[in-house]
Amino acid sequence: MAMQRLFRGVAQRAGSAVNTNFIRAMSTERTYGNLKDQDRIFTNLYGKHDVGIEGAMKRGDWHRTKDLVEKGSDWIVNEIKASGLRGRGGAGFPSGLKWSFMPKVTDGRPSYLVINADESEPGTCKDREIMRHDPHKLVEGCLIAGVAMRARYCYIYIRGEYVNERLALEKAVKEAYAKGFIGKNACNSGYDYDIFVHFGAGAYICGEETALIESLEGKQGKPRLKPPFPAGVGLYGCPTTVTNVETVAVAPTILRRGADWFASFGRKNNTGTKLFCISGHVNTPCTVEEEMSIPLRELIDRHCGGVRGGWDNLLAVIPGGSSVPCIPKSVCDDVLMDFDDLKNAQSGLGTAAVIVMDKSTDMIDAISRLAYFYKHESCGQCTPCREGTGWLWMMLERMKKGDARLEEIDMLQELTKQIEGHTICALGDAAAWPVQGLIRHFRPEMEARILEAAPPPEKIAA
Amino acid sequence: MFGRFSSAARTLTRASTSRVFVPPPQVVVGAKFFSSTPPPVDTITVTVDGSPVEIPKGSTVLHACETAGVEIPRFCYHQRLSIAGNCRMCLVEVEKAPKPVASCAMPAMPNMNIKTTTPLVKKAREGVMEFLLANHPLDCPICDQGGECDLQDQAMVFGSDRGRFVETKRGVEDKELGPLVKTVMTRCIHCTRCVRFAKEVAGVEDLGTTGRGRDTEIGTYVSKLFRSEMSGNVIDLCPVGALTSKPYAFTARSWELKKTESVDVSDALGSNILVDTKGTEVMRITPRLNEEINEEWISDKARFQYDGLKRQRIDVPMAKAAGGLAAVSWEEAFEKIAEAVSKASKDEIKGIAGKLADAESIVAMKDLLNRLGSGNHMCEGFPTLGADIRSSYLMNSSIVGVEDADAILLVGTNPRVEAPVLNARLRRACLSTGATVANVGSPLNLTFPVEELGMGAATLKELDAQSHPFFKTMKEAANPMIVVGAGLVGREDGLALLQTLHSLAEKTGVVGEGWNGFNMLHDSAGRVAGLDLGFLPSESAKKAAAKVVFLLNSDDFDEADVPADAFVVYVGSHGDKGATRADVILPGAAYTEKSSTYVNTEGRPQRTKAAVAPIGQARDDWTIVRALSEVLGASLPYDDLNAVRARLAEVAPHMERTTEVEPSTWLNGSTYAHIPAGTTSDAPFTSSVANFYMTDAVSRASVTMAKCTSTKLT
Repeated sequence: MAMQRLFRGVAQRAGSAVNTNFIRAMSTERTYGNLKDQDRIFTNLYGKHDVGIEGAMKRGDWHRTKDLVEKGSDWIVNEIKASGLRGRGGAGFPSGLKWSFMPKVTDGRPSYLVINADESEPGTCKDREIMRHDPHKLVEGCLIAGVAMRARYCYIYIRGEYVNERLALEKAVKEAYAKGFIGKNACNSGYDYDIFVHFGAGAYICGEETALIESLEGKQGKPRLKPPFPAGVGLYGCPTTVTNVETVAVAPTILRRGADWFASFGRKNNTGTKLFCISGHVNTPCTVEEEMSIPLRELIDRHCGGVRGGWDNLLAVIPGGSSVPCIPKSVCDDVLMDFDDLKNAQSGLGTAAVIVMDKSTDMIDAISRLAYFYKHESCGQCTPCREGTGWLWMMLERMKKGDARLEEIDMLQELTKQIEGHTICALGDAAAWPVQGLIRHFRPEMEARILEAAPPPEKIAA
Repeated sequence: MFGRFSSAARTLTRASTSRVFVPPPQVVVGAKFFSSTPPPVDTITVTVDGSPVEIPKGSTVLHACETAGVEIPRFCYHQRLSIAGNCRMCLVEVEKAPKPVASCAMPAMPNMNIKTTTPLVKKAREGVMEFLLANHPLDCPICDQGGECDLQDQAMVFGSDRGRFVETKRGVEDKELGPLVKTVMTRCIHCTRCVRFAKEVAGVEDLGTTGRGRDTEIGTYVSKLFRSEMSGNVIDLCPVGALTSKPYAFTARSWELKKTESVDVSDALGSNILVDTKGTEVMRITPRLNEEINEEWISDKARFQYDGLKRQRIDVPMAKAAGGLAAVSWEEAFEKIAEAVSKASKDEIKGIAGKLADAESIVAMKDLLNRLGSGNHMCEGFPTLGADIRSSYLMNSSIVGVEDADAILLVGTNPRVEAPVLNARLRRACLSTGATVANVGSPLNLTFPVEELGMGAATLKELDAQSHPFFKTMKEAANPMIVVGAGLVGREDGLALLQTLHSLAEKTGVVGEGWNGFNMLHDSAGRVAGLDLGFLPSESAKKAAAKVVFLLNSDDFDEADVPADAFVVYVGSHGDKGATRADVILPGAAYTEKSSTYVNTEGRPQRTKAAVAPIGQARDDWTIVRALSEVLGASLPYDDLNAVRARLAEVAPHMERTTEVEPSTWLNGSTYAHIPAGTTSDAPFTSSVANFYMTDAVSRASVTMAKCTSTKLT
C-alpha cells in the first residue's frame, strides 16, 4: 500500500491521469479482484443450475458434512477464526470470535442459532440470491454454525417480502430433512438439530439482532438494551447468536477448502470472498462474488459494464448499503472494497451494496429519500431516533428546494451528531451517517442550492 | 411478623406449641430498625466524578451516581418498574466505553470510572432534551402538570436556552381512558411508564404503544377504558402532562396547594396520602410513600373520592320535625337526645360504630355508654366475631409479609376490590416469587392466576379434613397464608367458619415459629380500632332491645340492629343511610377535617391530620360525644385531644405508638375451644364489597365515583 500511495503521489504531481490499476500493476504488491471461477463459493448464484438438493449435492454441498460435524465445536470455531471471516451483515465483527461467545457448558437452557435473513438495507440483495438459488449452502451452514455454538435449534427469520426466497428455502429445509441431513441424528452424526423458517412482516428494524429476537418471540420488533447480550440472554431468555445469511452460508466451504484458502483472498483482516450487489447508474447492475479488497472501480468496470456514461460521469457511490456515508468520485477512483480501506475513507463496507450515482443525480434529494426511509423505519422507542430521524428528513426536504439558511447546514450536522451514539440500537447511527456523508462531500452543492433559491440581499442589489 | 422473638420465647414455642406465649413488646416487620445490623452485602467500588463510592453488586450506574449524591436526569426510569432505557436522558460517560451509556440500564462494574460532568455528557443531555422538546407542545401555561413537571424542571436544568425546531409539530388525538385519567397525548414523550405500570403493577394489559417512529402513540389500540382499580397512579408516574387527573383538571395550580400528610380511610389498608388543599377546599389527593403499606400507590377510590367531601354534607345539627328533618341548635339537639335517653334503661342505649369511625370517637362513645350503664355497643357488620385476641382479627403477617408467602388461600374475599394496593402485592408474590394462590368463594379475577377450589363451606371442610389436594400444597409450603375476608366474618355462620379456618391454620402450619400467616382483610378503616377498643356487646346487652341508638358514622348497619321504634342519633359527616333513619343528626367532621387515629387491618395505628376546617357547624366526632355526655349527666373526663388520646392509650396501649405494628399472641384455636360448633350454610362465600367505587358515605356521595360505577356497568 505504501508503495501504491507513493506512486499515486508521483502520478498526481506529474499531473497525469494515470489509472490506479496501472499504478498497482506497476508496483510489486499483489492486486485484488478477478476471482477465478474455481474459487467461487456460490456456484449457482444466478440460478442457472438445479436449485434442489440433487443439484446442490452435485455442486459439493452436503459432501461429508458428517465429518465436519464430528470434528466438533472447537475445531469449527478455530477454523473460522483462522479464516479471518468477518460478519457479512454490515458490522464486520469477527465471526469465529462471535461464535465462541456461546456457553461451552449448558446451564440447562438450550442455545439457539438465529439466522438474520431480514435483508432490508436499501441496495442490498445478496442474501436473497443465496436463498433462492443456493439455499442448501445456507441450510448446511446452519447445521455447521449450530454445531459450532452447541445450538439445538435454528430459526431462520426471513423478510416478509421475500416470498419466492421463502418458498425456495422451505423446500430446501424439507429436502434436507428428508435426506436426514438435519433433524434427529443429523447426517448420522448423532447430533439432533432442527431448523425453523419464520417470516417477518417487513420491518427494517427487525434486521437489528435484538429487535429480531423480540419479533421472533411474537412481540413488537423493538431493540433490547444491551447488556445483556444475546449470547447470554437472547431468544426466550436463552443463549442466542444472531448471524447473517452469507456468513453462515460460506462456513461449510471454508471448512472443506481450509481456512488458509479463504484467508488467501483479500488484505489482512479483510479476508475472503464476498458478494457485492451493485445497483444504480451502471450499465449492468448485478450481484457478484468477488475477492475482498477489490478496487471499487475494477468492480464496477469488470462486472457492471462501467458507470453509465463512463467513469468520468460518476458523481458519488454509497459503497455499503444505505446506512454508510457516500463517497465522491475522487475517493472512488482508488478505494478498495474492504472494511478497513472504506473506513479510512470515512465510509464503510456495510453489506457491500454499492449504489452508484452518476452526475444526473440530485444528491440532496437522494439523501433526503434515505432520511425518509429511516424516519419511516424508526421503531420509535428511544428519543433521539424517534424525534431526530423525522427532523433530519424535514430539513433535507427543505434543503432540497433550497428553502433554508446557510447556517442550518451546520445545525443539520449537529443534529446528526446528537442522534449518533445516543440510541439503543444502530438505526440512529444509520440515519445519521448518510447525512454526514452528504455534508462532508457535497456542502458546496447544498450552499449553492440555498443561495440560488434566496440570494443574499447584496447580490440582488448588484 | 414474629421475626424477632427472643430466644427464650422461641424455646417456649418449640417446647409447647399449644401454650400461650406473650412475645416481648418488640418492634416487628413493618417498623424501622435502628439497632439491627444489616446483613453483609457484596459490594463493589466505582468512581463517580472522581470520588469513589461503594455500592452493592448488581447495581446500575444510575444507582452508583445516586449513592454518590450525583443527580442523573431521567424520564423513563422508575425504581418500581422494569427498566426501559428509552428516554436516553440518563446518558453518562464511562471511561473506555466507546459512546455514552444509559446509566439506568447499565450494570456497574468494579472500578468503573463514571463521569457525569464532562462536555460529552452535557452535550448528550442537551441533545436528548432538544429532541424531547421538538414535538412537545408549548402549552405549559394551560397544562395541569405545570409546576410539577419533570420535563419542565429538567429542561430548565439540562436543556438549551432556545429551540431550533421550526418544522411541523406532531399532533396526536387524545385517548378516552375513562372518567379518571385525562389524556393530552400530544404532550406524550413515550417514556412508557404508564404502559409498564399497567402491565406490571396493575396487571391490566390495556395500554401499549402503537405505530412507529414519530407516529408512535400510547393507547389501547382498540378504543377502550383503562379498567384498573389503581389507574390513577399513572397520573403520578407520567413525567409530563400527557396523563393528568380528570376531576382535578383546571381547578388549581400545584404551587397554590397546601399539602397535609394524612391517611386514607377508603379501605382498611390505611394507605398514606397527601391531601392537597386550597383555602378551605380539598383539591386533590395524592399518595405518600410508605414502603410498609402502600409503597407509592393508592387506589382510585382513595385518590378520587374527595369530591364526595363537598356533597351531601351535614353542616348543622338537625332533628326530626313535622315534614322531615329541620335544622336545630346544638342545645336543642342535645336536649332531644337527653329526653330519649332518660326514657331508656341501661342496655337499651346502644352504640354502633361505622366504617369511618375513628378511634377517639369510639373510645368516647364507649366511655359514655358505659357511664350510662350500658354495655350495648357494636361494630357494624360483625355480629359474631370475638375480639378477645387480637391475632384472630388482624392481618398477622403484616402487609409486607404477604410477599413472603408461598401458598395463599383466599376465603370469602376479593382483594382486588377490597384493597387494590394489597392485591398488587399479592400479584407480585404470585408472579415474581411464584406463590400459589387459591380461592374459596365466588370466582375471582385478580389479574394473576388463582386456583378456584370451590364456592363455600363444603370446600373449607374438605380442606380441613385433609381430603382436598390443596391441603398438601399448604402443608408443604414454607410460609402458607390464609386471607379471610370481611364478607365471611359478617355471615351468620361466620363464627363456625372461623373455627374451621383456625383448625385448618393449625393443621397446615399457617402459624409457626417466626411466621403467622392467618390474615383477616377488613374492608373498612374504622373496624380494627373498634375491635381493639372492645366495642362489642356485653353478654347482657346481646338480648336487650335498643330504645336509643347512637350511629357513630354508621351507614351500613344491619336493619335488625336498629329496631323500628328506637330513637336514632346519627353522628357523622354525610347524609347517607344513617342520617335518613335518624331522629337527631349531629354534624361530624370528615377524615380530611380532623386529627384522628385509625388502625389498619394489620393493626397499625396511624393518624390523619386536619387539612381543612370542618364545614359549617360540624365538629370532631369525639368532641360531640364529649359535649353530649355533659347534657346526659355522665361527663367524660377529657377536654382536649391529648387527654382523649391518653385515654385511648389506657384502653389500648398500642394506639399511642403510631405507625408501628404491635405483635399479637396466637391462641392456637383455643380462642374457639369454648364455643360450640355451629352449623354452616351452603351459600357461596362472597366479598363484602360489591362495587369497589362505592363502599362508604364519602364514596357514595362522590360524583366521580358515580361516574366510575356507571362506566363499569356499561
